[in-house]
Amino acid sequence: MFKKLAASAVAAVMLSTSVFAAGGAGPVENIDFSFDGPFGSFDQNQLQRGLQIYTEVCAACHGLKFVPIRTLGDEGGPHLPEDQVRAYAEFYEVFDPEIDDFRVATPNDHFPASGLETAPDLSLMAKARAGFHGPYGLGINQLMNGIGGAEYIASLLNGYEDPPSCAPEDFDGHYNVTFGAGGYPEECKYEDGSHKYPGSWIAMAPPLWGDDVEFADGHATDLHHLTEDVSAFLMWTAEPKLVARKQAGFVGVLFLTVLSVLLYLTNKRIWAPVKARYKK
Amino acid sequence: MGGIPHDHYEPKAAWEKGLAKRLPIVGLLYDTLMIPTPKNLNWMWIWGIVLTFCLALQIITGIVLVMHYTPHVDYAFSSVEHIMRNVNGGAMLRYIHMNGASLFFVAVYAHIFRGLYYGSYKAPREITWVIGMLIYVLMMGTAFMGYVLPWGQMSFWGATVITGLFGAVPFIGEAMQTWLLGGPAVDNATLNRFFSLHYLLPFVIAGLVVLHIWAFHTTGNNNPTGVEVRRGSKEEAEKDTLPFWPYFVIKDLFALAVILVVFFAVVGFMPNFLGHPDNYIEANALATPAHIVPEWYFLPFYAILRAFTDEVWVVQLASFLTAGIVDAKFFGVVAMFGAIVAMALAPWLDTSSVRSGRYRPMFKWWFALLVVDFFVLMWVGAMPAEEPYNTISLIASTYWFAYFLVILPLLGVIEKPDAQPDTIEDDFAAHYGADGAGAAPSAQPAE
Repeated sequence: MFKKLAASAVAAVMLSTSVFAAGGAGPVENIDFSFDGPFGSFDQNQLQRGLQIYTEVCAACHGLKFVPIRTLGDEGGPHLPEDQVRAYAEFYEVFDPEIDDFRVATPNDHFPASGLETAPDLSLMAKARAGFHGPYGLGINQLMNGIGGAEYIASLLNGYEDPPSCAPEDFDGHYNVTFGAGGYPEECKYEDGSHKYPGSWIAMAPPLWGDDVEFADGHATDLHHLTEDVSAFLMWTAEPKLVARKQAGFVGVLFLTVLSVLLYLTNKRIWAPVKARYKK
Repeated sequence: MGGIPHDHYEPKAAWEKGLAKRLPIVGLLYDTLMIPTPKNLNWMWIWGIVLTFCLALQIITGIVLVMHYTPHVDYAFSSVEHIMRNVNGGAMLRYIHMNGASLFFVAVYAHIFRGLYYGSYKAPREITWVIGMLIYVLMMGTAFMGYVLPWGQMSFWGATVITGLFGAVPFIGEAMQTWLLGGPAVDNATLNRFFSLHYLLPFVIAGLVVLHIWAFHTTGNNNPTGVEVRRGSKEEAEKDTLPFWPYFVIKDLFALAVILVVFFAVVGFMPNFLGHPDNYIEANALATPAHIVPEWYFLPFYAILRAFTDEVWVVQLASFLTAGIVDAKFFGVVAMFGAIVAMALAPWLDTSSVRSGRYRPMFKWWFALLVVDFFVLMWVGAMPAEEPYNTISLIASTYWFAYFLVILPLLGVIEKPDAQPDTIEDDFAAHYGADGAGAAPSAQPAE
């Protein structure tokens, strides 16, 4: 209930303020990802499904140039067995300046960069977008929900809708309620320049429709499941050390809390005689 | 040291005497560590240690990060990703360094406002104060240049906007900007010199920190009452003070540990909380981000910079008087630096004979308003330059200057201060003399 209220409050704020005018987007809904919260970690199966979606759909245009292929075998990530990582690398060809030619990729190579020039690299996409900033723009919900980058991606992939009737039929791109940075037809603006409808027109055609891939384990392939899986995978590519980081944070907090208690007691003990001197 | 009489180190063994004759380093360390410290210091006196820790933390993590970082426009962004993905512990190292800057500024602002409330800047501690202000300015420069190094979108555009400020200086501005950037725009030359300076300035800060500590060890610490330690004899001084070790070292370490719990929670669980998502997009000179926002610790002064638009009559007047040489942009730059200069001049602007705000009934309220003002400025600094934010930032900026230039000088004349305790010991006894341990402040007097 509270979440719904909060979500509608955020939506109301976004609708009432200048967000549309500035080329803003529709609200991004929170998804309960396995990696949310201080103790969250990646769901290995989900990452593997996401990898499959990326490979079969996204990779046609988008690259992951900062991600070394070998990290697919890392613990805390998709954790593929070594032979599968090696086999996976062979899907790709990379340019090798030493032989001045293309060759089959090895696990030590990175994923290729984007094949389509206008398609942004996806390595860091889940950290380069913030899905939510609340409450009151303070962003404290990052502690429990992250910055919402993965949610933003899922929301964008689900955000394709029929364009509003005000738009000319031949307007460039595809209407998406989540995407804020695209083109916007003059016909759909109010006189003051603010937008009548959320979102904007994105160049990318809807990449996922549901049932685009088939999972070996028979996992659901409807649009919502696919978008969640691929968003989780992109969260991993953006923050591969997320699990290790949270563990280190937990150990740090625990250790320092114990240290604080010990120092508190030490401090109290040292000062006791000094303070006692002034007691009546 | 400190003109406060206390025991000094006496070399006993032959080798100690021999060393002391050649290099009296043990005596120096002893005097520094055992300095008589007012026993009534409260929890706002812990930030010095936190700041020292931050400086060491930033230098150590920074030195390791440099081992893996490449200051070149083609490689900077990917070398940071290399640190995040391939370097052992690299992700933690970078997140600690990144959030360490924020901890540094939280601590420095608390430290500065502590000084402003308890009158730590007043005679004889003016030099400590001015050195502190220099450190603060250098910290801002260092943090700004450090933020450019990952070469993300905010790095690039932040650098473009801030160095553009220098372009606002009449006549020599453009030449100065080109000289700073090493070219007509932010590019590889800029990244290289910022990297060089980002590595150099922390050591300059460290040197100034030594002077800062030396200066206040010479005058002695201020304390919440602002009353000086009695210096008539060693016995008298010992009633007001305790040696820094172990009483204040342990106390400060306890406070530091508590602060680090919060710090590690941020680093571990929400490391990008204070950052900007756009900085995970590689710098692109052709795509300007929708909102260019500086890091949170610059926001108050960024708000002052933007507050003085050409619709403000002072700006119009200045422009008229100088035949247009001083335009709104240059006025804003002067105001921004002026805001810090005004703060640095506080020792000479404050005319009150009473040091601590605790005994200044009117000052208290104006000071509280200054704290609120600071947060208001921080808030409007993050808002787009449109109404009502423009008006709010103008009012808030005006108050900042009014506080230092008008209110501080006037208050000393018109305010009737409350009675101060005669000695630090009296204050301490009043605090702890009441029944029950840890009695509330302003408990009954000891007698």
